[in-house]
Amino acid sequence: MNIDQQKLARFMWRKRINQGSLLLSVGAMIFGVFWLAWILWETIHLGFSGFSVSLFTETTPAPNEPLGTGGLINAMWGSLLMVGMATFIGAPVGILSGIYLAEYKPDGKLAVTIRFINDLLLSAPSIIIGLFIYTLLVVRFRQFSGWAGAAALTLIVIPVVIRTTENMLQLVPARLREAAYALGTPKWKVILRITLTASRAGVLTGILLAVARIAGETAPLIFTALNNQFWKAGLSGPTANLPVTILQYAMSPYQNWQHLAWAGVLMITLAVLGLNILARVLSRTKR
Amino acid sequence: MRQNAWTDRAFALMVHGAALLTLAALLGIVLSLFMGAWPAIQEYGFSFFVRNAWDPPREDFGGLVMIYGTLMTSLIALVIAVPVSFGIALFLTELSPRWLKRPLGSMVELLAAVPSIVYGMWGLMVFGPVLAKYVQQPLQSLCAHVPILHTLTQGPPVGIGILSAGIILSIMIIPFIASVMRDVFEVTPPLLKESAYGLGSTTWEVIWKVVLPYTKTGVLGGVMLGLGRALGETMAVTFVIGNMSQLSSISLFEPANSITSALANEFAEAAPGLHQSALIYLGLILFLITFAVLTFSRLLLMRLKGREGKRV
Repeated sequence: MNIDQQKLARFMWRKRINQGSLLLSVGAMIFGVFWLAWILWETIHLGFSGFSVSLFTETTPAPNEPLGTGGLINAMWGSLLMVGMATFIGAPVGILSGIYLAEYKPDGKLAVTIRFINDLLLSAPSIIIGLFIYTLLVVRFRQFSGWAGAAALTLIVIPVVIRTTENMLQLVPARLREAAYALGTPKWKVILRITLTASRAGVLTGILLAVARIAGETAPLIFTALNNQFWKAGLSGPTANLPVTILQYAMSPYQNWQHLAWAGVLMITLAVLGLNILARVLSRTKR
Repeated sequence: MRQNAWTDRAFALMVHGAALLTLAALLGIVLSLFMGAWPAIQEYGFSFFVRNAWDPPREDFGGLVMIYGTLMTSLIALVIAVPVSFGIALFLTELSPRWLKRPLGSMVELLAAVPSIVYGMWGLMVFGPVLAKYVQQPLQSLCAHVPILHTLTQGPPVGIGILSAGIILSIMIIPFIASVMRDVFEVTPPLLKESAYGLGSTTWEVIWKVVLPYTKTGVLGGVMLGLGRALGETMAVTFVIGNMSQLSSISLFEPANSITSALANEFAEAAPGLHQSALIYLGLILFLITFAVLTFSRLLLMRLKGREGKRV
């Protein structure tokens, strides 16, 4: 009897522990979703209050101008150029390296080393990339420039694309390759026409994710592209860009600047989340 | 035929070259940081790590404040993020109804995609004031007469400082850690779990005594990944840490500085010379710390993986 009671007590205790921990787990989930909801809500709420037509037609205004005048068109254009340039250069280089890792001696010493380093670069602090480009380009040419900003972003694109390309190529069944080889196809043609074509949706997903990653990157641009309050078509010299403009405007005490910063943050958030959802849909239809 | 052989060789060379670029990038980063930091290294050597000074006009520099800020904010972030991520992963793998798994999982992953500048701005404008009013001020009056807590909660309760930076960092790294944990929890063989359930274990016991030991490598890898993120995060910290290069007390409410925020704030305007060099020295230290953390996690994972392979 006594032993049975002890067993019962022990059983109840284990049950209680179980219930308590599962309750905490639900709490943690709610905690996580709560932050996302709060951040998105405030961004949309405050961002829309800064939206106006002039946002897309006018350049960045002087401080303390009336609300609703001035826009971010020069910053948007600069960001678009830099992100575009970084993707244009970074994606092919990343795909080629990914091909090397997946198709040429994937277990060789060099491939293992590069894979390891790529993983490090993937999570290396982006501000360090900015420092590197600063000493490499800005000091050399004695000028902050949009080109330097694009170069910094390129260095962030490459590891992301390498990783996804390699993973996607590995998913291609070896039978496909062997069939092509058996027909006498040279290696470069097998890679470009068979394996890369078979995994193009995955590779494209990787590129989209890389674009999403650099669209909001601020740290590597602060001392490479710097900022510019005027309209400029090209990338030479200090170039306006959304993230650094947001940083500058958010930290300022002027109301019109802060409104524009919120509008800019909303734009970046929508663009990045949109790209991520697109990438998700793309990779799901593939599966 | 001969043309194909030639194209093959050219293509192999191109692919090889692209792959070597990664190697070159890493070498270039380390080399350029060393060269840029060299004047400061010569001037201060290793004493830079423990010097509590940052005075650009007098050209007197030391990294203690920033290194402390970086480590302390990351520590706070981990303390909050690890248990919460564990809870989220537990919920997503064991508790969640099937139809909720996908949307909730995607939501957590989207949280990881939000650019850090959004966190920073939200932290400064929205979260900071709320934290000050509903957490810091009550805490301060509550801890006013408790010995150690009193020192930790000194300073202006304005929602800017080490504590708010740490909290925002934790929100940022939760999705990284949680999604790694969820992924490794999901690869636990059902056979193991079912055996434990069959013996009468509760859900919690299955997680704690079967799933967690089986997946400890991946869990540790996720935590380290999160730590690497937290150490190198720039914008979210720069907005809310206060950017004060002083370490007058160890209070968590005081505005402080971190390596990344010092770089973000001062580097573009720093005069070439010792000031710039000292900042690059800080960057080098940050790079070496994150490098060590990430390498450590990778090596540990490999070793543990090897051992587990033998035991089965």
